[in-house]
Amino acid sequence: MQETIVQLTYLTASVLFILGLRSLTKPDDARRGMQLAALGMLLAIVGTLLHQEILTYTWIVAGLIIGTVVGYPLGQFVPMTAMPQRIAFSHMFGALAATLVGVGEFYHMYQGEHPTNPSVADTRFKMAAIGFEVMFGALTVSGSFMAFGKLQEFITGRPITFKGQNLLNGLLFVAASGCFGWLIYEPSNVVAFYSMVTIAFAIGFMLVLPIGGADMPVVVSLLNAYAGLAAAATGFAIGNNVLIIAGALDGASGFILSMIMSKAMNRSFANVLFGAFGSGGGAASKKTADGMVAKSIKAEDAAVLLGYAGKVIVVPGYGMAVAQAQHQVRELAELIEKKGGEVKYAIHPVAGRMPGHMNVLLAEANVPYDRMYDMEEINDQFAECDVAIVIGANDVVNPAAKTDPGSPIYGMPILRVSEAKSVIVLKRSMNTGFAGIENELFFDEKTSMLFGDAKASLSKLVSEVKQL
Amino acid sequence: MNTTGFMQLYIFILAGFVGFLMISRVPPLLHTPLMAATNAISGISLVGSIVLAGGQYGKLPTILGVIAVACAMTNVVGGFIITDRMLNMFKRGDKKPPVTKPDGGA
Repeated sequence: MQETIVQLTYLTASVLFILGLRSLTKPDDARRGMQLAALGMLLAIVGTLLHQEILTYTWIVAGLIIGTVVGYPLGQFVPMTAMPQRIAFSHMFGALAATLVGVGEFYHMYQGEHPTNPSVADTRFKMAAIGFEVMFGALTVSGSFMAFGKLQEFITGRPITFKGQNLLNGLLFVAASGCFGWLIYEPSNVVAFYSMVTIAFAIGFMLVLPIGGADMPVVVSLLNAYAGLAAAATGFAIGNNVLIIAGALDGASGFILSMIMSKAMNRSFANVLFGAFGSGGGAASKKTADGMVAKSIKAEDAAVLLGYAGKVIVVPGYGMAVAQAQHQVRELAELIEKKGGEVKYAIHPVAGRMPGHMNVLLAEANVPYDRMYDMEEINDQFAECDVAIVIGANDVVNPAAKTDPGSPIYGMPILRVSEAKSVIVLKRSMNTGFAGIENELFFDEKTSMLFGDAKASLSKLVSEVKQL
Repeated sequence: MNTTGFMQLYIFILAGFVGFLMISRVPPLLHTPLMAATNAISGISLVGSIVLAGGQYGKLPTILGVIAVACAMTNVVGGFIITDRMLNMFKRGDKKPPVTKPDGGA
């Protein structure tokens, strides 16, 4: 009877999780759907507490309280601008939980005071599951830690590379697979188990080390997928279906996102993971800025251009996130609309440091979501647009992606900003963007550069447009 | 490999398909909330952690279990709250744009 109730809560939870994720296909239903998913989680937790193998509750309650105390501020107070590192951080926690459960299971089976020492034939499958669990878990823990560090900028955002890096990574990978195979052959082998955990941990560090800030969207998505797979493997190991389902959903989501992200950069997974963009021999584009002059513009003049524009498209990039200028962007847009103009936002899939980064920032600043357009939706509209205003975006609007086969970003789909009647680029200085590539757009005769911190420039624009 | 193992694989693969089909339809607009949501849902590893922490499997497994419970619970609580916070920000603009006070750019 008790077991039936437990299983029923798991079943309900699984259904609610699926419905919750499905609700995310429509922004208006999403909130309610996710609240249902949260209810499902609550049910699953309560159900688990009824589990007959549980003998003491003290430690469970302690853990739950600690988790709530740590989790609440992480949910309630972390600013939207810190979202990429916040997500990377929680991938680390999720993977750590899976890894520890795996290690605990292994210890209980072979090393504890009363090892259960199950027969080899029975445990091969379970050991394979535990192996996947701790391997994906451990590498996600260290990988996410590195991603978190790079996004929080206590580790340099530039790719870190050295000679023989790929060889070393390959060797580590072979060693981990070797330990894994050994463990399936001989499940009780303690040395193989802990070596595998350690090596997987090292792999996580090594994988993210050479990855630069602009490639973070792919990495964060990929780590999301790994964390999901680790959770699913936990489900296999302890025979729990809700874990398998949730893990599979999580894994699918992570893989879809990483695929979308790498497509938006016109690069393969392998290239992102092993390519170390913008460092390899400085495959600099042949075109340099020599002899070309960028035209700079004063805020007053830019304000005139914007104030009397009919159609304006805003192209936000990571620079907007860094300057935290989203509120000023919305203010400017409202002013333009008040003067009769129309403002839309063009969002490149890899703008920012994680999938959907720009959308969240703009939504935070009360920009209605029906003004935000995906690349495919808006690219044809640039030709009719009077002013395109680029805020801290660089590579995603670089025409070299279409015209210069020597450029490292050649083939990447871009926002066709250069088709607009005029372009205003808000930029700190003429330094090249993350990938270190010159951007011809900035030297186009339609383009005017408004130099300075994005937030300060926008505030100036706002007050100038007000005076028109 | 026994029947249970096969059943688990069926579940995994079917759930993966459902996830793939469903999540391909999530618009890029909501990709960040999607990540936060899957993160919260993956906190379901709490289920495994709880059994480990309360099962009296020995001192070490209990300690590992408690840490795992804390980590997973952090994701559950933080993940669902932050997803809700984000989704609450996505508003449609067809009516009058919301009257907002110009803040100093928080």
